[in-house]
Amino acid sequence: MREFKGRVVTPGTVTAEAVVTTQGFNTLASMQMALQFGDKALKCGDQNNAELNGKPMAGKALCLPQTIGSTTGGLVLYCACAMGRNPACMLFANHIDSLAAAGAILADVWVDGVTMPVIDELGDEFLQYVKDGMKITIKEGGIVCVE
Amino acid sequence: MFLTDEQKRILNGEKGETMAKVMKTMVMYGEAFEAEKLVPITSKYNHLVTSFGLKVMSPVYDLMQQLLDAGVASGQKFSVDPRPIDKNVPANFLQNFVFNKFMYTKQDFYEKQLNELGLMDENAFTCACYMDEVGNKPQKGEILSWAESSAVVYANSVLGARCNRNSGILDIMGSIVGYVPYFGLLTDEGRKATWVVKIQTTKKPEAQLLGSAIGMKVMEDVPYVVGLDKWLGTDLNEEACTYLKDFGAATASNGAVGLYHIENLTPEAVELGKSLIAEGAKEYVIDDAELESVKNNYPVIWKNPDAKPKLCFMGCPHMSLQQLKDWTDKVEAGLQASGNKKVVIPTVFTAAPKVLEAFNKTEYAERLKATGVITSYICPLMYMNNPLCKTMPVITSSNKLRTYTSARYYTDDEILVAITKGGK
Repeated sequence: MREFKGRVVTPGTVTAEAVVTTQGFNTLASMQMALQFGDKALKCGDQNNAELNGKPMAGKALCLPQTIGSTTGGLVLYCACAMGRNPACMLFANHIDSLAAAGAILADVWVDGVTMPVIDELGDEFLQYVKDGMKITIKEGGIVCVE
Repeated sequence: MFLTDEQKRILNGEKGETMAKVMKTMVMYGEAFEAEKLVPITSKYNHLVTSFGLKVMSPVYDLMQQLLDAGVASGQKFSVDPRPIDKNVPANFLQNFVFNKFMYTKQDFYEKQLNELGLMDENAFTCACYMDEVGNKPQKGEILSWAESSAVVYANSVLGARCNRNSGILDIMGSIVGYVPYFGLLTDEGRKATWVVKIQTTKKPEAQLLGSAIGMKVMEDVPYVVGLDKWLGTDLNEEACTYLKDFGAATASNGAVGLYHIENLTPEAVELGKSLIAEGAKEYVIDDAELESVKNNYPVIWKNPDAKPKLCFMGCPHMSLQQLKDWTDKVEAGLQASGNKKVVIPTVFTAAPKVLEAFNKTEYAERLKATGVITSYICPLMYMNNPLCKTMPVITSSNKLRTYTSARYYTDDEILVAITKGGK
């Protein structure tokens, strides 16, 4: 078990299973088809992401460096949260990017009853250590336990 | 983050609960990036990314309705991304059924919301809002609250405006409060290049491939590109701007680039030169082999990779007037060389409604029509989101379209041969 310390972007505590991408997470490409056609598991649909493509993301601890791609990314993430199909938490190795931040903040401010803790700046080592299926626990203060 | 008294009063609810939540959203956005303050938006117009009445996006329309019901609409008018459907674009009965009965059932409702929120006019639907014909072209140094990755990277890089890669919804929220957080690409420091990209190709690199390679390498960093002026020249003319439009869109969709500098060409690179390069900037050399490798690594997700293409899309982002004219010449020449009278694959060129209006006033319009090419104002990406279109073998020279859909990428030259002569 290892602990990592990051920065809290949106607060909350949760325990979930990790799904990991070491390349930029394209939110639109990853989520649009699943949201559009009622896939409650939110299986990743990004053909350019061999690590994640086809894997369920709803209720998982999504571990990533940052998000990339279309500026619809934030509103796509917001919709996932509003529809209750969001990842349990998002854990960024890097500083959060503007699109993911927007999605997380919009959900935090405008959606009642949804908590999706977001922690960033966990470092490259976090992303090297964490693997699919590991158990992730987010504690107060940006502490992330990986086991 | 420092807030003025006026901003604090809005945050504390002086202008109502909804306006307070809009301000809270912008403040949290700024705090996530350690912004020191909010700064006024100075552009005449805004640009929004959300143009489609996709049924599944109901939470977005509900939120927009909250804004309208609270009477907090922006005083700033805006353009918006392209409409998703057009009856001129080939689609079979089942595809149209899915478009109209399952996917874009909220289109009329959402367009009504856009009008109430401040749409510039009924034809202000394009991702290339900065075209002269459209009229949403910010000046150098202006502060924007835009979204649409390809428009943001163009506004920053080619026009010298200042805009972060804002998400949809935040684009309109910034405009409503009149402020955006001061961080990233709004600051001089954030506009410095942390990569030096050296172009060492033996021919003019394909804009979409070059942008793709750079986007994948630098992600969200700012690249300073050296050696591209050899191919584009040092005059920011229409041809160069068109190239940079397509190049930038690929950097922004294959990565998260919001600003690039082209040595001796883009405004800040001309003005400030190598002083734009940050200390410790990394280096990336691009030669012919690198571009070939990037292209060869694109996944082909057609069920039958050898299938004959059934449709070709050009214009993601939307084509310029000059591009439409140039492609008219090219298609005519290609058809003449192959001995065909019309394109052999149904082909759609997409452009802004006002660019098409201008094009239709030229003699090129009839000539292009005679080749069988269809023009449309739609977003090809929205068309390809239809699962029944996803299974079709569609070709394109747009890296953005390739990234988000099952469309297969070919270079401009390869596309020209495919649509005028045949083959894959």
